[in-house]
Amino acid sequence: MKEGPFFHIGRYIMWHKTIYQKSGNFAMYYRETIRQMYDIGIGSLPIVFIISIFIGAVTAQQFYYQLEGTAIPTYYIGYIVRDMMIIELAATITCLVLAGKVGSNMAAEIGGMRQKEHIDAMEIMGVNTSSFLILPKILGAVVTIPILVCIAAIVGIVGGYLASVPTGLYTEFDYVKGLRSFFNQYYVIMMFVKAFVFAYIITTVSCYQGYFVKGGSVELGQASTRAVVLSCVLLLVADYIIAVLLTSG
Amino acid sequence: MIKIENIRKSFGDVEVLKGMDFLFEQGKTNLIIGRSGAGKTVLLKILVGLFKPTEGKVWYDDRDFHAMDKDALRELRMEVGMLFQGNALFDSMTVEDNVKFPLDMFSTMSAKEKRSRVNDCLERVSLVGANDKYPSEISGGMQKRVGIARAIVYKPKYLFCDEPNSGLDPKTAITIDELIKDITVEQNITTVINTHDMNSVMEIGDNICFLDKGLIAWKGTRHEVMDSENQNLNDFIFASPFLQRLKEKAKK
Repeated sequence: MKEGPFFHIGRYIMWHKTIYQKSGNFAMYYRETIRQMYDIGIGSLPIVFIISIFIGAVTAQQFYYQLEGTAIPTYYIGYIVRDMMIIELAATITCLVLAGKVGSNMAAEIGGMRQKEHIDAMEIMGVNTSSFLILPKILGAVVTIPILVCIAAIVGIVGGYLASVPTGLYTEFDYVKGLRSFFNQYYVIMMFVKAFVFAYIITTVSCYQGYFVKGGSVELGQASTRAVVLSCVLLLVADYIIAVLLTSG
Repeated sequence: MIKIENIRKSFGDVEVLKGMDFLFEQGKTNLIIGRSGAGKTVLLKILVGLFKPTEGKVWYDDRDFHAMDKDALRELRMEVGMLFQGNALFDSMTVEDNVKFPLDMFSTMSAKEKRSRVNDCLERVSLVGANDKYPSEISGGMQKRVGIARAIVYKPKYLFCDEPNSGLDPKTAITIDELIKDITVEQNITTVINTHDMNSVMEIGDNICFLDKGLIAWKGTRHEVMDSENQNLNDFIFASPFLQRLKEKAKK
């Protein structure tokens, strides 16, 4: 029987029921969740730092180029960089990168466990593997990814500063004035909503691909690739839906 | 004991198991043998609950395995140990953590009690002092023994072994066979072994079922194998010319 998209959507939804049924000692879940937080959070800090500093820098540079010679005040660049980072770029770009780094890692790790019969071994011991292997990853991701996104937003703003003020595009006063102008706290809430939803998508979609993998190393590679591609696509779809929902009315 | 009644299993249109009845006796090593594709692994996976049979029943003593509710099933799981063909040891954990995993997951024992139980099991499989080693740092035979230690750490009533000798040299394979046999007798466990290994058949086969084309084609003990008139069984057991010559010599 061919397993079409509706089969996978149905199984993905039904699978959630078993993920949230805890089995086993709390201490084991706690230990695993801390491990996941470390892997996802600390493990992803360098890449998040690098991409966000350059995104901030490029945004500042590009907007300076666009606004140069217009009647729009220069300090608007600080305001634009800040809002772009907070509303869109920090969450979306960071999570797209994390979909590649964390998502493929999760799919490969769980798929490898399936192929090496680790999951069968745990099932025979009575472990609810959907719960024990996936729930700590979800918890780890939904706690650490929003923190990473927040760090990305701050570092991006610093990146915008470093790309423009020391190079003489405009003054520090202009940039800081822009950063302090027209601030709306709601945008920060939007950023955290996006980060939370994206974290959930990356984790569950990637783990789903790994957990139900069949075959050998070729299929595992395909599952890992599918995890990244699907996570990225769903992340962008979710980005649009969240934007519509949180900005309408 | 474990009893199977009219077990059938189909994958799509292909019927892999075509109705099997067998009694796996307590305190004995029960062997499932047969050619590749005969349905041994499917039968073993049905016995441990990784597959559901299309038809038929599996009885763990007086408990109908596939009709049990979740709580009863969880309780039964505590009575089951399994040794996998590839050992299924967790690479990121030490030997001690691997063996301790079922205790960490479900028991209410203190850390000291757990450590003591793990050490007992490691001693039983002659792996004293290997606690802090990782699976990648020990040999295939030692990994098998760690797998056995993990399988018996919860003092199971039922022990399943999938190809316990695969990938081992003949000497180590005999050691593993003897270890499984000794543990079975000592702890009065119902042990079910899925194997291709003819040494195992001849040395520890208390109770053997030979699968052929999805059916149990022959049942008996290791003492009855040599005298069996079943052509398929003879072709399987004495497949190599060396063993055929040996059998003829023995007959003479």
